[in-house]
Amino acid sequence: MSEAVLVSTTVNGDVVEFACPTDEVLLDSLRDRVGLTGVKEGCGTGDCGACSITLDGQLVCSCLVLGVEADGRDITTVEGLTEDGELHPLQQKFIDHAALQCGVCTPGFLVAAKALLDRNPNPTETEIRYALAGNLCRCTGYDKIVRAVQASAKELNKARR
Amino acid sequence: MQVSLNGALRSAADGNGSVDVDAATIRELITKLVDRFPKLSAEVDKGVAVAIDGVVYRDDWTVRIPDDAEVFLMPRIAGG
Amino acid sequence: MPHDNSYTGQEFKVVGNRFARPDGVDKVTGRARYGADASAPGQLVARVLRSPHAHAKITKIDTAKAERLSGVKAVITSDDLPDLTGGDRGMADILENCMARGRALYDGHAVAAVAAVDEQTARKALKLIKVTYEVLPHVTDVDEAMKPEAPVIHDWVFTGGVNPQPTKPCNVANRTEMGHGDVDAGFAQADVVIERSYKTEQTHQGYIEPHACLASVNSDGSAEMWVTTQGPFSYRTVCASLLGMDLAKLKVTSSEIGGGFGGKTHVWAEPLALALSRKANRPVKLVMTRDEVFRATGPTASTSIDVKVGAKKNGEITAAELELRYQGGAFPGIWGMLGCMTGFACYDIANQRSVGWDVIVNRPKVAAYRAPSAPMAAYAVESIMDVVAEEIGMDPVDFRLKNVAKEGAQAPYGPIYGPIGIESALNAVKENPHMKVKLKKNQGRGVACGFWFNIGGQTCVDLNIGTDGSVNLAVGTVDVGGARSSMGMIAAEELGIDYEDVKVHVADTASLGHNDTTEGSRGTFSSGMATIFAARDAIEVLKERAAQMLDVPKESIQWENGTASATGAENSNLPTLTLKEIAAKSHNTGGPIAGHNEVTADGAGMGFAAHICDVEVDPETGLTKILKYTVVQDAGKAIHPDYVEGQFQGAAAQGIGWALNEEYVYGEDGRLQNPGFLDYRIPVCSDLPFIDTMILEIPNPNHPYGIRGVGETSIVPPLGAVGNAIANATGVRMNHAPMSPIRVLEALDRAGVSGDQVSAG
Ligand code: FES
Ligand code: FES
Repeated sequence: MSEAVLVSTTVNGDVVEFACPTDEVLLDSLRDRVGLTGVKEGCGTGDCGACSITLDGQLVCSCLVLGVEADGRDITTVEGLTEDGELHPLQQKFIDHAALQCGVCTPGFLVAAKALLDRNPNPTETEIRYALAGNLCRCTGYDKIVRAVQASAKELNKARR
Repeated sequence: MQVSLNGALRSAADGNGSVDVDAATIRELITKLVDRFPKLSAEVDKGVAVAIDGVVYRDDWTVRIPDDAEVFLMPRIAGG
Repeated sequence: MPHDNSYTGQEFKVVGNRFARPDGVDKVTGRARYGADASAPGQLVARVLRSPHAHAKITKIDTAKAERLSGVKAVITSDDLPDLTGGDRGMADILENCMARGRALYDGHAVAAVAAVDEQTARKALKLIKVTYEVLPHVTDVDEAMKPEAPVIHDWVFTGGVNPQPTKPCNVANRTEMGHGDVDAGFAQADVVIERSYKTEQTHQGYIEPHACLASVNSDGSAEMWVTTQGPFSYRTVCASLLGMDLAKLKVTSSEIGGGFGGKTHVWAEPLALALSRKANRPVKLVMTRDEVFRATGPTASTSIDVKVGAKKNGEITAAELELRYQGGAFPGIWGMLGCMTGFACYDIANQRSVGWDVIVNRPKVAAYRAPSAPMAAYAVESIMDVVAEEIGMDPVDFRLKNVAKEGAQAPYGPIYGPIGIESALNAVKENPHMKVKLKKNQGRGVACGFWFNIGGQTCVDLNIGTDGSVNLAVGTVDVGGARSSMGMIAAEELGIDYEDVKVHVADTASLGHNDTTEGSRGTFSSGMATIFAARDAIEVLKERAAQMLDVPKESIQWENGTASATGAENSNLPTLTLKEIAAKSHNTGGPIAGHNEVTADGAGMGFAAHICDVEVDPETGLTKILKYTVVQDAGKAIHPDYVEGQFQGAAAQGIGWALNEEYVYGEDGRLQNPGFLDYRIPVCSDLPFIDTMILEIPNPNHPYGIRGVGETSIVPPLGAVGNAIANATGVRMNHAPMSPIRVLEALDRAGVSGDQVSAG
């Protein structure tokens, strides 16, 4: 085993500590050490977005970040999107619009879409498509995903007003 | 009744595209065909289906074949 | 969304609505567990060593050093997988594909595997295994492999389907011929006869979830496997037979499945995980990397196709011929045969012949990919349909309609069609507002048709009614895209209860009888059929219990809208009983209430689709952008329209990716050069527009609800539709898919030089 370092990080609001080999990617740390298997691996090379998380609010592929880099940072995964047991509007709209078929891409899309709407509450269709271009979905042809994001934006804006 | 055969099944039936068989069920049909053309047995093992009046039966060999039905023996296909 | 109900006679209450799927919350919260998401105490991590050579003799495998590495618990080679296949060629091929036996047959072919305490150790161990190869000549191209001078990959392959059978081995496994009528006479009657050749490259299903399993073999020979699969029962059958286990002792549980599209109908590394677990006597988790998925699972065939069509000036096709060459990877396949059976299926052509060749090359073993083999044949046929229409000066849609297959037409593979939907689909295309959208410079529109058989197969379900009247339905087909919803809706419809009162589970192999793999668009058709029958079975029990409760003979009980009532004037004072009320008293009336069904679901209805595609081609870069896309497809009966549309859209998107970008690129050295999503580029969100859909419902007479499979057909038309749109936009006909920017640019350049119709690629 390669050398391990103690990492202390905040994941979905909870402080988490784990010993992390220096060559382990954050995706594996989250899945195998923190037990958050909602973060998916589709490629391991930054091409599919299934492993999307936010790190200090920044959208990243957790397969391209080392576990040790998470030390002292703030992580949100799909498991952190619900608030007080309530689904985030994006989660609800994904269900309502049948925006998932197999669902393995869904955690990554939700995290990426939330990052988009946090930054840009009124995205155009084109902006949505480009913001989600780093997330691959092989099942849906993206149609219902884009519609679900549009519907979520509308709902979130209504709530804000 | 006339049974039509295509592709590899036709080659295994010594090149016959159409064979006269008396059979009440798919099982009987296949048994009689294999008796007559032993080379068909390998094709049956690979999988065959029978189309009776346009309805494709892949598995159920108990299906009854009506008189003067249009019958085709074809390879058993699967899919994605 | 246009939704044509005019064909269905049946009235439905639940079916046809858009309910939330029961597994939705799990899947949007990250709780759903897929192949890689399970673990077991003491589990080991497996890694597989793969051949870097396209074709090589393995003279020695030295595993001693790897075995000595601390933390390594098992190392296996083909010696640990003795051949128990007893002359079953198909099984022997699967075994050899799982792990090379003396010879590596393609880049990525498994050679050895290790199980170690962690990932790092397993990877280190792989590096310590020393394999001595003697590199052999290889061939990866389908046309090259057919040449007499090509290296012969297997000395046991003698071309089947030709008389007399050759005595010299070669790479052509099989020749298939289909058709009817007299093609020579037909061509003689034609006013125009056109011949063209097309090529398509190899593509991969590209499911986002790599293959993954957790295998655990006990010292008493019993075993369990958690695995992402379309066919838990067939995985069990194959694994048990390769490893010499009893079926009943191997329990296979299908995890949530992150896409399959045919690629998860076949075992790849799962037997290795079991063999490692058996040797190490510990649970073993094996997860493929994306690189392994591309190199060592089953993509679709690459092809080379000649097509010839003769037609009269009035548009009638007098004869048509196809010659199709499909490579199936390193083992014999049936892919050329399927091309033969599907190529002309959309048309009524009196004189037709299709000849298919199944060819072996040094590439991974081909597996089914959504309507396997049909898209390539359709690319050739749908392209030449436009070429012929133009030649005789007819509108391409009218030309198709003139020759369209209707009820009573003969399919290329022989039988006469029952009621089918391609004429309706083409008419719907013709009327579709999409056809009237104005096109600008460099833009073009193409239309194409597609066919897929669809299948049924062995199926069973268990329906258990709880004492509170809620219902558990266990099915044996997996849920790749909302199937639980559809099954729940069907059960609710039959029982006359609310959708929310039914909970659907995908059962493991120990809890339900055999179910065929979820393939061939059979899930909703077959499990839907079994669910209907199981619910009717349960209703019989409910009626009997109601009769007891009301103290009347069972014959006088009728079941309507989820309630039992006694018929006859003498019983008019008796109460009606709801399913809930009957369930609550079940302990006093004979115990648990359940319905079961085991069925061989035959009579699957053929699936037909027609697509419209608008593109814009950038003449500077050769880049093709999809502007607008419409899918029209016959569903027989759409149980859950959202998920039917989802199938149409997903299949179309895969077809578009194949048409424009996706391809396996092999180097001179026979190695796959693009085994990753960066270089094997599937469509991303910004590549596509919304994909409009129109569901036709022409009931399948062989299904109680009229259901046809919907999963596959719509991957068939896009190659032709996109090619036709490019030709319409540029005047240049592409005949090599994918029609990537470089190929389009080359074709445009050549057209610019010659000013003529050009061949690209
Ligand atoms: S797994 Fe990280 S981008 Fe694919
Ligand atoms: S729903 Fe399957 S990959 Fe997106």
